[in-house]
Amino acid sequence: MATVRVLGLTKTFAVPEREAGLRAAAVSLFRRTTREVRAVDRISFEIGPGEVVGFLGPNGAGKTTTLKMLSGLLYPSSGEATVLGHVPSRRERDFLRQITFVMGNRNQLQWDLPALDSFELNRAIYRIPREDFTRLRDELIELLEIGDLVRKPVRQLSLGERMKVEIVGSLLHRPRVLFLDEPTIGLDVTMQKRIRSFVAEYNRRYDATVLLTSHYMADVEALCRRVIVIHHGEILFDGELARLGDRFAAWKTIAVDLDDGAGDFSAYGDVVERDAGRVKLRVPREETARVTARLLAEQEVQDLTVEDPPIEDVIEMVFAQEANER
Amino acid sequence: MNAEAGRVRSLLDFYVTRARTQIQVQFQYRAATYFWLIGMLAEPIVYLVVWTTIAEQQGGSVQGITTGEFAAYYIVWTLVRNMNIVFTPYGWEWRIREGQLSAALLRPLHPLHDDIAGFAGWKPVVIALWLPIAAALWVAFDPVLDPTLLEVGVFSLAIWGAYLIRTMFLSTLGMITFWTTRVSAIFELAIAVELLLSGRLVPLPLMPDWAEDVAAVLPFQWSFYFPIVALTGDLSRGELLGGLAAQLLWILALTGLTLLVWRFAIRRYSAVGN
Repeated sequence: MATVRVLGLTKTFAVPEREAGLRAAAVSLFRRTTREVRAVDRISFEIGPGEVVGFLGPNGAGKTTTLKMLSGLLYPSSGEATVLGHVPSRRERDFLRQITFVMGNRNQLQWDLPALDSFELNRAIYRIPREDFTRLRDELIELLEIGDLVRKPVRQLSLGERMKVEIVGSLLHRPRVLFLDEPTIGLDVTMQKRIRSFVAEYNRRYDATVLLTSHYMADVEALCRRVIVIHHGEILFDGELARLGDRFAAWKTIAVDLDDGAGDFSAYGDVVERDAGRVKLRVPREETARVTARLLAEQEVQDLTVEDPPIEDVIEMVFAQEANER
Repeated sequence: MNAEAGRVRSLLDFYVTRARTQIQVQFQYRAATYFWLIGMLAEPIVYLVVWTTIAEQQGGSVQGITTGEFAAYYIVWTLVRNMNIVFTPYGWEWRIREGQLSAALLRPLHPLHDDIAGFAGWKPVVIALWLPIAAALWVAFDPVLDPTLLEVGVFSLAIWGAYLIRTMFLSTLGMITFWTTRVSAIFELAIAVELLLSGRLVPLPLMPDWAEDVAAVLPFQWSFYFPIVALTGDLSRGELLGGLAAQLLWILALTGLTLLVWRFAIRRYSAVGN
């Protein structure tokens, strides 16, 4: 049975609109104009137990709105969603005890107190038996190496430090489903790596289901085998990350090591990089097999590799294609 | 039955833990709290000086209330006023407009519990800081105060009843933000009515009869006037216990109203900015 099930989920907002200036402000007193914005448009997908899925899309694509609906913060305008068999918008206690929603740029801890006090409050809120709480708290603190941070008032922690204690606080009740919205935003590379490996370890230890949004492709590549790409509230792609290139990239890169790389290779494709004895060519995807065969037949090839474009470039292409089609 | 007992125990555990964290926060800002408390004294002292002056001009009392009784009324007022400081509609407006309610909504606990427990944790610190201020006012204004044990007991309960009544009333008001985005103007109006009809500005017996009649059907007097006169007045046993019962009814009615409004209001939450 799917842990997360979404069927035709839609969220629309009525956004007040008016022209700039005093005159327009005065007019709006009597005639209020609103525009309906469809933030999420009839999306459907399922996520199985223990899956880690990347939710990708540009700003305003509908990622966070979807996460908010799945965590019970927002009522959907139409469609259905269930998480662990619960309808999120009902916000049943049993449901809320099994999920967590980490928002990268928001603080959910007591600002003036050491994180340990916030953890203690979470113990009481989530009714965690004292023994379990102490064991898991210490385990998570050790895993993220934050033993020296949890005794400082939260307000004195750096962004990265705060994010780490925030994540520990969010997992003390050992949630089965994690909604992570930009958990590494604004963090340095080392901190991003630490948080990534922590999420992966939590998923492995507790078989937790994770739905993650991030603008850092490194997060997605490190954690997610499957991605859902959303744009303008609609799902453009749902499948293995490795297949994203097949679906959207119009070209591939062929890197060739040669005995003599001095010749003219423009007949094979666009030469994007050239070094002594090494040439990188960009060729249309459907031409890849033919060009590869020609290269092997016509050149003294030592080594040849065919690569998909970097995932960041693919995502960029997806959104560019989508924008052009609109 | 066991599950229900467990639920109550867990809720109690939350209240104690939340109140403790709030006390710790207040300890960190004790100086600020103290200055804030002193700043709040201006209002009752003005009332006290005005009424004492009028009483002295009228031969020592106004409608039977002596200068010493006025002093007792307004000194106890300072404690009651601090007890009924609650999460205001301004706070609701901020948390709804800025999306700050999201963190509270993700918890398996109604956000009202957090408000009630948090502000309740604030009270013991305030009471401790208030004691020396009350002593100074006592020396300065020479109040007449000779409560019985029953009056002290009823007062101790009534100040918490006042706290709950005001919490529920202002929470309901604050939730209007779900529809209007800004609730400040409505809040200001409610505070003006409360000022007049609660005993905050003037002890209710000094108000015209019609005002007393209106006050009788509103909740305001149960969060100001009743706790004060429970300690400083000369209420009978029946009036004291009846007053507590009236508070309980208002708490139940306003809690019901708050939860009803919440049920519809929360569907409108847009979690903007968070």
